[in-house]
Amino acid sequence: MPSPVSRVGSPTRDLTGSRPVLEAPEISRALTRMAHELVERNKGAADLVLLGIPSRGVPLARRLAERIAAAEGHPIPVGALDVTMYRDDLRLRPARALEHTDIPPGGVDGKIVVLVDDVLFSGRTVRAALTALDDVGRPRAVRLAVLVDRGHRELPIRADHVGKNIPTSMRESVKVLLDEVDGHDAVLIGSEEGVA
Amino acid sequence: MRHLLSAADLSREQATLVLDTAAEMAHLTGGRAVKKLPTLRGRTVVNLFFEDSTRTRTSFELAAKRLSADVVNFSAKGSSLSKGESLKDTALTLAAMGADAVVVRHSASGAPHRLAHSGWIRANVINAGDGTHEHPTQALLDAFTMRNHLGELDGRRIAIVGDVLHSRVARSNVLLLRTLGAEVTLVAPPTLLPVGVGAWPCEVSYELDPVLAKSDAVMMLRVQRERMNAAFFPSAREYSRRYGLDARRFGLLPDDALVLHPGPMNRGMEITADVADSERSVIVEQVTNGVYVRMAVLYLLLAGGEAEAAS
Repeated sequence: MPSPVSRVGSPTRDLTGSRPVLEAPEISRALTRMAHELVERNKGAADLVLLGIPSRGVPLARRLAERIAAAEGHPIPVGALDVTMYRDDLRLRPARALEHTDIPPGGVDGKIVVLVDDVLFSGRTVRAALTALDDVGRPRAVRLAVLVDRGHRELPIRADHVGKNIPTSMRESVKVLLDEVDGHDAVLIGSEEGVA
Repeated sequence: MRHLLSAADLSREQATLVLDTAAEMAHLTGGRAVKKLPTLRGRTVVNLFFEDSTRTRTSFELAAKRLSADVVNFSAKGSSLSKGESLKDTALTLAAMGADAVVVRHSASGAPHRLAHSGWIRANVINAGDGTHEHPTQALLDAFTMRNHLGELDGRRIAIVGDVLHSRVARSNVLLLRTLGAEVTLVAPPTLLPVGVGAWPCEVSYELDPVLAKSDAVMMLRVQRERMNAAFFPSAREYSRRYGLDARRFGLLPDDALVLHPGPMNRGMEITADVADSERSVIVEQVTNGVYVRMAVLYLLLAGGEAEAAS
């Protein structure tokens, strides 16, 4: 049995050799724009349900929901969808601790579910999230919103709403820091040194 | 860790991880239309039961199926086990069939350990009760049930009452609850306490009444008539008068104390029907929680690859 190790995001991230590409005000503006795009694209926010993918997708989903609620004048259901048990790389590493899944009381049937994550990379996490969603219910549509799209997809998956496209090489790492988890907001690019 | 053989193998961190994972399993499959997770798809879990058991075997079977594993049941009755096949030959057979995990119950203490460390089989071994030694998943589900009601168990006082001598449940519970920081008191007549109980990390009392008043939970053990090959107490009536949990003793417990029993119960012997069916009895909940705890154990032991293989 493994010791408790959390998934991708440990509370403290190694920052050696990394440079910021987005600072707090830019992240805030990107999220505001994405919130408005979501409302525009779905002709209102009536059936929207935002589900963050742990760990950093969850605070991002909450921030988007707050912005949409402020614009539309009513609260937006927001929750979390852990994909650990649906991942295709489970057997490559020791078993991981599960993150909390929290489906809003209204469920997802017939709703427009927006999956929210910090970084879109291979697309495998999103594939796992789509499979996990199958077991929760049948949304009318599923959208994907990510703060950063760094390219290098390994599956035919794309985001509907992107905070910023950041072209990267495979040797680089992209880290999103969020106030709720890390104490401040930033997006960093690092070289492979000091990166797990 | 590859196997779960003893509650003592779990550090506080690992035990808490199992309980947290079980909580998430409960949350995920509790109120949902599809009560199944794809996590162990393609894995084979063998229930190898040399001793009778209904609830433990069913609970492991359901847990493995909820995680999409294939389950094969081998029980002593009606199989080659009853024809005198040795543990080794059984293990080699299971290995040849490609078992990924073996859940084993055996009347001999140490049989799961032998199976895990013999080199006969590469599967993960989970002890589902061996002789009078241990039953770690029962201890985990008891701790999970108590934690749901009492919060963290650190500093909580728990009484375990009855046939400690023959009880693998008592031993596993003492070890696990101690790891989790609880204070355990064993209550039994001297004849039903094992030799060397003084060295266990717990208190021992021959009297039930004074212990009840300061207990956050009381766990009644089954009187194991099938193991009673000597006169451990004069009569069943005398036993229930001194160590049975009846309405009067129930009244001695603090208002929010819990009553647990690993089952199957002898109603009227170690516990009266009105206590067993009372609001503070969590006996039925223990059964439900058993599935979640076993899902957590199967997930943590089987879902990941080995660390060596990954690097």
